[in-house]
Amino acid sequence: MAEKPRLKLPKQAKKGDIIEIKTLMPHIMESGQRKDKDGKVIPRKIINKFVCEFNGKPVFSADLDPAIAANPYLQFSAKVEESGTFKFTWTEDGGAVITAEEKITVS
Amino acid sequence: MRGLTRRAALALGASGAALTLIGWSNSALAAAKETAEQIAKFTGGKEAAKSKVSIELPEIAENGNTVPLSFSVDAPMTADNYVTDVMVVAEGNPNPGVATFHFTPLSGKAEAQTRIRLATTQNIIVVAKTSKGEVFTGQKLVKVTIGGCGG
Repeated sequence: MAEKPRLKLPKQAKKGDIIEIKTLMPHIMESGQRKDKDGKVIPRKIINKFVCEFNGKPVFSADLDPAIAANPYLQFSAKVEESGTFKFTWTEDGGAVITAEEKITVS
Repeated sequence: MRGLTRRAALALGASGAALTLIGWSNSALAAAKETAEQIAKFTGGKEAAKSKVSIELPEIAENGNTVPLSFSVDAPMTADNYVTDVMVVAEGNPNPGVATFHFTPLSGKAEAQTRIRLATTQNIIVVAKTSKGEVFTGQKLVKVTIGGCGG
């Protein structure tokens, strides 16, 4: 899981604004349903958890099943009352973790 | 082939088709049961009101590998009345679970968008729980042209 996630959110907002956040994590999301050419089931390997926090407080999170398409895309909202940092965490089956951060200035 | 008359051959074909139909409906029932169980576990057995949840999905998904899904739950999202969890299930997939989303008052809106895999034409059910213990649900049918489970 060496790929870099893609993030889209505003750099600035007004106090009390509800902003839109778009995230995309390049990942095959191997469902555990597919078979290789010898008929053996390819073991499941997916991103099973996504978490978004703002200044350490939970904003939004999701538990994902194999029915989420490859390159899991998530769009959600956040209400911002102060400047700070969004932290995004993706967890893969097996425990590997990728994090990303993005700052926002709230006036 | 001489021994098999046209009539017998037709009868065989018909019974074969009937058997296939029975097989199909059995697996559909099993999936529906599993889906119902998963929803009951999520709601704690509480009856969900069929309101406040809106779901956006294409009517016909040509490619079941990636189907855009968005939902929104009508809720104030204040500190004392907000949507806590939203579960999405797909009745006709090998496993009904799709995802469970967790919201907080900091979410601002109980809305999310993602892309899902659908094996076949089926109902997508969204169930939402609020901090006050209310449960809401909505569902939408999607027709799938090519399934997305790599079978």
